[in-house]
Amino acid sequence: MTSPADPVDQIREKISGYILSESTFREEITFTVKAESIVECCSLLKNTLGFTYLVDVTVVDYLTVKFPRYEVVYLLHRFGENYEENLKIRLKAALEQDNPAIDSVTSVWSGANWLEREAYDMFGITFRGHPDPRRILMPDDYDQFPLRKDFDVRDRESSKRCFERALDEGLE
Amino acid sequence: MGVSSGPLLGGDGFLTTKISAVANWGRKNSLWPMAFGTACCAIEMMGTFSSRFDIARFGAEAVRFSPRQADLMIVSGTITYKMASVCRRIYEQMPEPKWVIAMGSCTCGGGPFDSYAVVQGIDEFLPVDVYVGGCPPRPEALIDAVMKIQQKIDNEGPPIV
Repeated sequence: MTSPADPVDQIREKISGYILSESTFREEITFTVKAESIVECCSLLKNTLGFTYLVDVTVVDYLTVKFPRYEVVYLLHRFGENYEENLKIRLKAALEQDNPAIDSVTSVWSGANWLEREAYDMFGITFRGHPDPRRILMPDDYDQFPLRKDFDVRDRESSKRCFERALDEGLE
Repeated sequence: MGVSSGPLLGGDGFLTTKISAVANWGRKNSLWPMAFGTACCAIEMMGTFSSRFDIARFGAEAVRFSPRQADLMIVSGTITYKMASVCRRIYEQMPEPKWVIAMGSCTCGGGPFDSYAVVQGIDEFLPVDVYVGGCPPRPEALIDAVMKIQQKIDNEGPPIV
């Protein structure tokens, strides 16, 4: 990246008010941003800086490794005129262990709908203002968040309970 | 079975047999599979159904995706608990008599997926007649399973009318 006007500099300047820290690993740029202003930051990135494509929303659970426990990760993509001008950045927003919640970015990218539902389903992150905050993969009455690090992945009790309930309801 | 044909009946033959022998003979040679394919084993099952391996040689080529027209359920692929209730309902909608083949390691015992979402063997909720191991099993193994079902039908008692 030795272009005369580095596009990352421009982005950094525009969203500097939201950035807490920044890191680069193998030319992948990560901004850790303030969780409380994620929607403002994202709409700036989309509407002013052209990040029209939200690739993924996911979560990392650091449990005992790091504090605060959760980080919500947004992978953004900007399409350039040429392939070389495409740009990817990553946003991270840290969330506390107790009742982790963050504002939904569905108002910015409607494609965030299912991505945030999956993040809720697997990690139990509440997305405030989400239009359809149901589980997406696990049954609606499932009571665990299976990708949390303190969940035993072999624990099938909740799944069995949901299965039996589904059978009972189906036979009525 | 006693077979006799002669001038007594104007040349028409007749035979004496048991209802169960005729019924089981008909059943075992016209198994209509309900293909419950949920994962990669289903690809191998399709291969078994089509011309190269040709399960039609055993009379089991009329694959129905409606349980009401089928009597052999071939469960091929990983079954999650969310899918298990669907699988069980489909099984219950099949008319009697009916048989179940558990095809592949996942259906037999969960396969590699020792996880919160995957059923560790469909015999947790279905009466399985034949288990076929393998990941996925070769078509020959599925054909062998169908032949085992045929043997099992042969040994069944008279139908309940």
